[in-house]
Amino acid sequence: MVAFSLILLLTTVVAGVIASWAFLYPENFNTVIPFQQLRPIHVSAALFWIITGAVSCLLYYSQEMKKLHPAGQKMTATYVALWINTILVIFIFYSIKQFGGREYWEFPPWLSIPILISWLLLMAGYFTYWVRIKEKKSLYWIMWATGILFFCITFIEQNLWQINWFRQSYLREVTVQWKANGSMVGAWNQMIYGSSLYLMAKISGDETIAQNRTVRFFYFLSLTNLMFNWGHHIYNVPTAGWVRHVSYLISMTEWLFFISMIRSFKNKLEETRRLKHLLTYRFIIASELWLFLNLILALMMSIPAINRYTHGTHITVAHAMGTTIGINTMILLGAIGHMLKVEELGKKHQRIITRGFYITQVSLLVFWICLVVAGIEKAYRTEIMPAASFQQIMMPVITVLKVFALSGIALLTGISTIAIAYLSSLKRIRIL
Amino acid sequence: MFLRIWLTLVSAFAAYTTYLYFNCDNKHLSSPSIEIQQGQNLWQAQNCQACHQLYGLGGYMGPDLTNTISTRGSKYVETYIRYGTGRMPNLHLADSEIKSIIAFLSWVDSSGKSKVPANNVHWTGTYIIK
Repeated sequence: MVAFSLILLLTTVVAGVIASWAFLYPENFNTVIPFQQLRPIHVSAALFWIITGAVSCLLYYSQEMKKLHPAGQKMTATYVALWINTILVIFIFYSIKQFGGREYWEFPPWLSIPILISWLLLMAGYFTYWVRIKEKKSLYWIMWATGILFFCITFIEQNLWQINWFRQSYLREVTVQWKANGSMVGAWNQMIYGSSLYLMAKISGDETIAQNRTVRFFYFLSLTNLMFNWGHHIYNVPTAGWVRHVSYLISMTEWLFFISMIRSFKNKLEETRRLKHLLTYRFIIASELWLFLNLILALMMSIPAINRYTHGTHITVAHAMGTTIGINTMILLGAIGHMLKVEELGKKHQRIITRGFYITQVSLLVFWICLVVAGIEKAYRTEIMPAASFQQIMMPVITVLKVFALSGIALLTGISTIAIAYLSSLKRIRIL
Repeated sequence: MFLRIWLTLVSAFAAYTTYLYFNCDNKHLSSPSIEIQQGQNLWQAQNCQACHQLYGLGGYMGPDLTNTISTRGSKYVETYIRYGTGRMPNLHLADSEIKSIIAFLSWVDSSGKSKVPANNVHWTGTYIIK
């Protein structure tokens, strides 16, 4: 499963780079592999990389503490087989241009059935094991379980459009779709941040950091945000006003995360100095820096008066890619690296991963800045040229996106260096 | 205590979700016709949202199409769908299929405006959309 998730990561970056060039020069790609075919491959691979990676980590780390009982192992093994095969079928459908056309979930809708069945198997196997753990549960146990549960809820909600009543009103349809998508991001974040917290506790040897009152408070705050902070996706949709107001209010609680990050900055800095030799810790620290940058962006975008300009621009893409690559992928690479015991690899291997790490960070920063600049430019031109055509508005934006596409190649180099190094070290150690 | 807070939050989430399903749309639009539904199915099957947005949601390869029928007219949209452009591929759709996509886009158009006017911004930073 870990190898499969790393292959999905490689697919994501390769398809992403090709898609960025198809975006710039569509006339050269339309007859071979058009953008509308590349985008689903890129998006689905990214989504499945994150979810598969998150589940691999939580299953591995859970069992590091207590082994699953045989029935649970059988259920999770069936989940893995069904999950992987369904994803492969999805890519076959993309290759023959068969789509379902829903944002994030662009495959034919009937394929949601095996995905749901496999997830229910995972839930059955994991929860029967989870409830039997009698010792006091550290917060990462609760975060893993929350993530698994809410992924299931939001995945079902994401498919409610297949019931005709939800499509009777376009506003309801779009509201429910983005409610589900927004909360689903919160669900996989619970799984990933759970693994991050576990790693922090294990690396520092201090279990209290996963049990104190502050982390519990922030768990509830993030759960509240998972449930109610999705409205910024649809601020401009003319739904009932209270939908917008509730979401605005909840999203402003994210300032507490921001303040907490600044307050713990000094401690983090000392911890970083102490553990900077550890490869896996480096990924976790990088994810914290990306969290800081993306939190600023998210807070700004959550204010409707600002969202009015940023919505529908590349700033939204900067936020999406900044969080999925900068935060989720960094944590997952750190967690998988720890699982593969990369600290025990030879000097040469470690040097390769370190090089990949720095190429990824620098290129991702250029990539992210380009998207923010492209977004600001598009927002500005849309505002000052309300009657202009789409092509006129996009003309200078395309120049910025050329730099973005070049930085994408560097990002591909960095991430694939790490992923290939991990894949080659998988031979040493037998895991999931 | 922990479990109590957790259950309270989950109950609030369930209540909020149910209320939202029934009350998020206060415009009470007419139900979509068969042609509109066919248009929506086709919109999804052709994966149009990979390049276009509705209410700013979707890909950025092409323009937002929420209000394109009222601003550009259906003939303009029909020409683009029928022949494609350098950027947009020709999808080789039948006349009836083009008609149903236009019917779907007209239905979406009638649900509201994608761009929020500046004077709808409240001093607290939120929007007031009537």
